[in-house]
Amino acid sequence: MTSMSDLKTPHPPNWCPGCGNISIWGAFKQAAVNQGWDNTNTALVAGIGCHGHMLNFVKITSLEGLHGRPLPVATGIKLANQKLNVFVFTGDGDCFGEGGNHFIHTCRRNHDLTVIIHDNSLYALTTGQTSPRTPQGLTTKSTPQGNPDEPINPLSLAIISGATFVARAYAGDMEELTDLITKANEHKGLSIIDVLQPCISFNKSLTHDFYRERIYYLGSDYDPTDKDEALARSRELESDRIPLGIFYNSDAVEKGKEPQKALIENEAADRDLDKLFRKYI
Amino acid sequence: MNSKKTAQIYSVRIGGCAGQGVKSVGLVLAKLAARSGYSIYNQIEYPSLIRGGHNVMHVNISSNNVYGPQELSDLIIALNQETVDKHHYKIKSGGGIIYNSDDKIDTSQLDKSIHLYGVPLLTLSEEAGGGELLVNVAAVGAAAALTGANLNTLTALIEEEFHDKDNDIINKNIRVAKNAHSYVLENYAGSIKDSLKPIESITTFIPKMVINGNEAAALGAIAAGMQFASIYPMSPISNILHVLAANQEEYSYVYRQPEDEIAAINMAIGASFAGARSFTSTSGGGFCLMTEGYGLAGITETPVVIVEGMRGSPGTGIPTWSEQGDLQFILNAHQGYFPRIVLTPGDVNEVFELTMEAFNLADKYQTPVVVLIDKNICENEQTCDLFDVGDYRIDRGRFTTQQVEDYKRYDFESDGISQRSIPGSGNFFIANSDEHDPHGYSTEEIEMRNRMMEKRGQKLLTCAEEDMRDPQVFGPDDADITIVSWGSNKGSILHALENFGNVNYLHVTWMSPFPSDFIKDRLSKSGHVICVECNYSGQLARLIREKTGIEITDKLLKYDGRQVYPGEIEERIKKALEVINKQ
Repeated sequence: MTSMSDLKTPHPPNWCPGCGNISIWGAFKQAAVNQGWDNTNTALVAGIGCHGHMLNFVKITSLEGLHGRPLPVATGIKLANQKLNVFVFTGDGDCFGEGGNHFIHTCRRNHDLTVIIHDNSLYALTTGQTSPRTPQGLTTKSTPQGNPDEPINPLSLAIISGATFVARAYAGDMEELTDLITKANEHKGLSIIDVLQPCISFNKSLTHDFYRERIYYLGSDYDPTDKDEALARSRELESDRIPLGIFYNSDAVEKGKEPQKALIENEAADRDLDKLFRKYI
Repeated sequence: MNSKKTAQIYSVRIGGCAGQGVKSVGLVLAKLAARSGYSIYNQIEYPSLIRGGHNVMHVNISSNNVYGPQELSDLIIALNQETVDKHHYKIKSGGGIIYNSDDKIDTSQLDKSIHLYGVPLLTLSEEAGGGELLVNVAAVGAAAALTGANLNTLTALIEEEFHDKDNDIINKNIRVAKNAHSYVLENYAGSIKDSLKPIESITTFIPKMVINGNEAAALGAIAAGMQFASIYPMSPISNILHVLAANQEEYSYVYRQPEDEIAAINMAIGASFAGARSFTSTSGGGFCLMTEGYGLAGITETPVVIVEGMRGSPGTGIPTWSEQGDLQFILNAHQGYFPRIVLTPGDVNEVFELTMEAFNLADKYQTPVVVLIDKNICENEQTCDLFDVGDYRIDRGRFTTQQVEDYKRYDFESDGISQRSIPGSGNFFIANSDEHDPHGYSTEEIEMRNRMMEKRGQKLLTCAEEDMRDPQVFGPDDADITIVSWGSNKGSILHALENFGNVNYLHVTWMSPFPSDFIKDRLSKSGHVICVECNYSGQLARLIREKTGIEITDKLLKYDGRQVYPGEIEERIKKALEVINKQ
């Protein structure tokens, strides 16, 4: 059993009032309470950016790593102890800029991790430069003439790279996000949740109003096991309609990718070294 | 055993183009020698490509100890014309060349004193059912005959080498080797030497390993109870991952190939955070990518062992040749300060032992430990007694998997070492790359920042006190000349020392923390100091000056990618002695 007060730390959130991170934080904690995630069964990893501060506000053991590198850290944790629920919090700059290479390969490896992307479509902690998710043409501090480049489509990239649970959420809908985080953790493979999260301080374009006008949920008649359809629907991001929900959810996860026993339990005393050494005679 | 001080070394040099199996010839001859009671030291020289370049392997053999490279050879096995052309002037007087007389090898330019052993290697291979691919096996058979090796030992080696192949292949290889062996016995009966003749009776024979530094590092890691490794391929350390990948099921650890070196170290840090003994390895270029993770391990106090195999640099440099150019880099890489332990073994035994020790040190001090070796150590085989873990005990340091009341991951202790725990234990902490308080919460407070820097810094001081080892001294305690050096230069220096009574050698294996007092004392007492290093700027000399104030002016520096030879060191010693004697 986990209660809200178990998750409380001495540090209240220091995000801007109204920041989308606050509802992602709330949704994660609610899911943790619902599911009983605590210090006996869960580990968190974050990169660097506004999202990374979150680890100070959730009392579950975590590693705050380097900018762009939370995915390989989380992979190491999962390989070392598959019993842990492993959550990664990462930003769009963290995940697709500095860490883009890791994202592709983490999808390929498809380990049982849940990756929550705090996607505010720009660099916020460094006060508003363009990110790999910034729409083309948008002016930011680093692109005063307008962003010349196409943004990355996180869901399409995840699906073609091999992730088996791919979803999009909107930070303004905490209830739905709580449910998605729970389902993502239940999925036995890599789960990607791209959370559209307005940055109220630096992104005057992708605001709550902007999203509210465009978002809609993939209906109950949508079949998330159809990979081609998932890929097609993921591309709707490039239009004026933004679907939310689980785009792709496949149980075609290769078994046995992580050792069944925590590595720490593999004692060297059981190793027949003499046999190994004699190979070199 | 022979008690003569100077080793009598018999050197065989095998040359051919990449793909001709030069390395296997060398390895089989080395094992043949080792099983016949000899000590060996192999040198491997090859370009960075898979087929077509000129490959050379030297097998240096002695009934005494041999632990370094040799400039001249007694026997050359030339698998092509290029080998004859490039190496004939490196033959000792009385030496010879085995060449493939099926090829039109031109020997007209050679000195008449060189013995020529033309052997129709291709014909002999074809007669026995082999073909072009088994020419190298024929060469081994011929060389074994000419050096008086035991044929049964050779055929046993071939059987073991191909144990996973079907009998046809094994038998074909044996027939080819025997055919060439008989040919040489018949045609060169008067030239048979006893260089590889078994020196001990087979029944009392104590087996020796023929192993290189990469393999020794991998075995050291396995022996130390390593549980996780992530290594991206790179010359010259790729063989470490080959050994680890092949043995992971049997020895219950996980090896994964990551997408790059950044992922390699971050995966190792993740696994270590979750409690696994973790390992990675790379060369200098890959370490450039690991640098940020190196500091992450430092500030989060996460143990990780890194074997760095140096090659000719910078950039891609000379990727298949050696250098000792990364010492200052490993000592200084990263912004800011964190404690790091840097060990520099000089031969395969030291690699095995220091790699095992590195895992205990990483756990005890909760910080990255680098085992820094050069390409010569990585790839050159040496003989040594069967590895023995002796009294080595796995020590995970201050570490708990049990729930602790009011747990503080980064609590202040006088030695700087806090109690480590893992996720899933019930203990809460943040392994935080931001500066943090004892629980791991981010902080920018002045006092906390200072105390945390000092706490981490203290760990290296504790290590200097409790674990650091002084350099080994070889040769007389008091000497006219002291050589100070590190890494694979050890072997050549020891051979050079055999010719002088008044020279000693300080072999430095701890670079951080650094045994400053001992080195300062030794160098101050010596009449003359020579620093031997395979890099351009004298990086150990710089470290010695930084830590002791002693400036070494006589430096033997080599940065052409090749090993320093005993002869080069002897020359330098003689020059120094001349100056001393004139004073």
